[in-house]
Amino acid sequence: MSVLRLALDLPLTDFNLHADLTLPGRGVTALFGPSGSGKTTLLRCVAGLARGQGRVEVNGECWQDDARRVFLPVHRRPLGYVFQEPSLFPHLSVRANLEFGLRRIPPAERRVGWDVAMSLLGIGHLLERGPERLSGGERQRVAIARALLTSPRLLLMDEPLAALDAARKQEILPYLEGLHRELEIPVLYVSHSREEVARLADHLVLLDRGLVTASGAVAEILARTDLSLTRDEDAGVLLETRVEAHDEIHHLTRLAFSGGCLWVNHQQRAPGEMLLVRIPARDVSLALEGGGPSSILNRLAGTVSGFAEAAHPAHCLVTLDVGGCLLLARITRKSRDQLGLIPGMAVVVQVKAVALLA
Amino acid sequence: MLSAEDWAAIRLTLELASTVTGLLLVVGTPIALWLARTRSPLRGVVGAVVALPIVLPPTVLGFYLLVLLGPQGPVGQFVEAMGLARLPFTFPGLVLASVVYSLPFVVQPLQNAFMAIGERPLEVAATLRASPWDRFVHVTLPLARPGFVTAAILGFAHTVGEFGVVLMIGGNVPGETRVVSMQIYNHVEAMDYASAHGLAGVLLVFSFLVLLMLYSVGGARSFWGGGPR
Repeated sequence: MSVLRLALDLPLTDFNLHADLTLPGRGVTALFGPSGSGKTTLLRCVAGLARGQGRVEVNGECWQDDARRVFLPVHRRPLGYVFQEPSLFPHLSVRANLEFGLRRIPPAERRVGWDVAMSLLGIGHLLERGPERLSGGERQRVAIARALLTSPRLLLMDEPLAALDAARKQEILPYLEGLHRELEIPVLYVSHSREEVARLADHLVLLDRGLVTASGAVAEILARTDLSLTRDEDAGVLLETRVEAHDEIHHLTRLAFSGGCLWVNHQQRAPGEMLLVRIPARDVSLALEGGGPSSILNRLAGTVSGFAEAAHPAHCLVTLDVGGCLLLARITRKSRDQLGLIPGMAVVVQVKAVALLA
Repeated sequence: MLSAEDWAAIRLTLELASTVTGLLLVVGTPIALWLARTRSPLRGVVGAVVALPIVLPPTVLGFYLLVLLGPQGPVGQFVEAMGLARLPFTFPGLVLASVVYSLPFVVQPLQNAFMAIGERPLEVAATLRASPWDRFVHVTLPLARPGFVTAAILGFAHTVGEFGVVLMIGGNVPGETRVVSMQIYNHVEAMDYASAHGLAGVLLVFSFLVLLMLYSVGGARSFWGGGPR
């Protein structure tokens, strides 16, 4: 039975954390929400580092059930935990840090091999150093490998990239994607970064002031307009596209999806490869059919399917059906009224920018 | 220059200080751990009691210890009921009194060291399958090592330097409780300033070397280490 069941309650200073979740027992589940919404506390409760009331069940194993007075202490839970700061032991070398957890699990339970962890995180050349001689990004990679080497049955990651600058983040993200592809360990990933969520997560849980406001597949949640997540400045949708062709003369690559095709800056990808893109609502504008020539390359035929509030009262979000895919456009209310947009109306969807994710 | 009696006093002092330091590290570690980690309302009270010997005149401390350990005192009666020898004016009594007297000098550096480590390394160790005892041995102890060095040096040095408590509870029994500070007092009482100079010089040099060690090796900015984060 491949499933995570969490039912946890914990009073915090400003609000009560209350979560009752059934999550997929495979892939990456992101806990997403603003700072102070209880994400980290929820993760700590799952680990047993904080004491919530309720039940924690991981793929059939019960870690906590207060009704039956079961509470496994942290060190008896087969989990891996990556903290926000790398938290390597300063008195141990990189190798000794990595072996700290490995040596404490019986050989029969070691499923993540040393070499696999080394190559997944690219740290084989750092082993004899002390933690003080590593960069922030290297430290966090070692911390992730250290957690993996305990062959956890659940990997908990608390904003592992938050303490790093943008360049270091870009350095680590590919390693995290690698984990996701190569290992069959379910991951609970706390984040308040949309980019990380879009790139890494399969499943998304939204938390606000200790309450779960939504839980579902990532693409589904990111496109829902009724959630505060999707009303703000960064609302947008994810699209899975296929690399179709390159235009060498103009240095462009053509991506196809069911609603048509998108031109993006030239990508070193072979035709046929899948590419995940994110289209921010603020970079989508609308025109009525038959509009004249435009500098905007990506023009798709779509239909208005509904409207939703945007963060600023001057704006509104328009949900669009483009060849069966959902797109979001953020336009001013004034434009909506001037164009006379109503549900069912055919429009030209102009995409100014596409963010390439993976 | 030093007489046989002086050498006996030095040997006794070193024996006392080593025994007391060993006991203090054993007794002081759990107290310091508790003080560093607890959220109990008793924390303030226990902290203050442990620190009392810093501010109390040693004679006051020695007086109460004499009352406690004496034949009429609760501890004295308990010891007698156990069939053990009496405590005042004996070496074991002096050891017990010195442990109380030097306790804060061991507990406070340890407490500061434990507080400086914080919770995080222990949480990390727990997520890496280390049991509480395993965490103490393999994370807390190595990370608190500078604190242990400071605590041991201070505990040892402070015991060597005690006088008032010895006077009250140990007396002046040769080979049993006559420590260096006591022997210096005897020399001065007997107007034998030359002998007093010899022993006093030994203590002076010893104290300076101890402090030199603390300030250079430990890099200590103060006796008490880094203080809470």
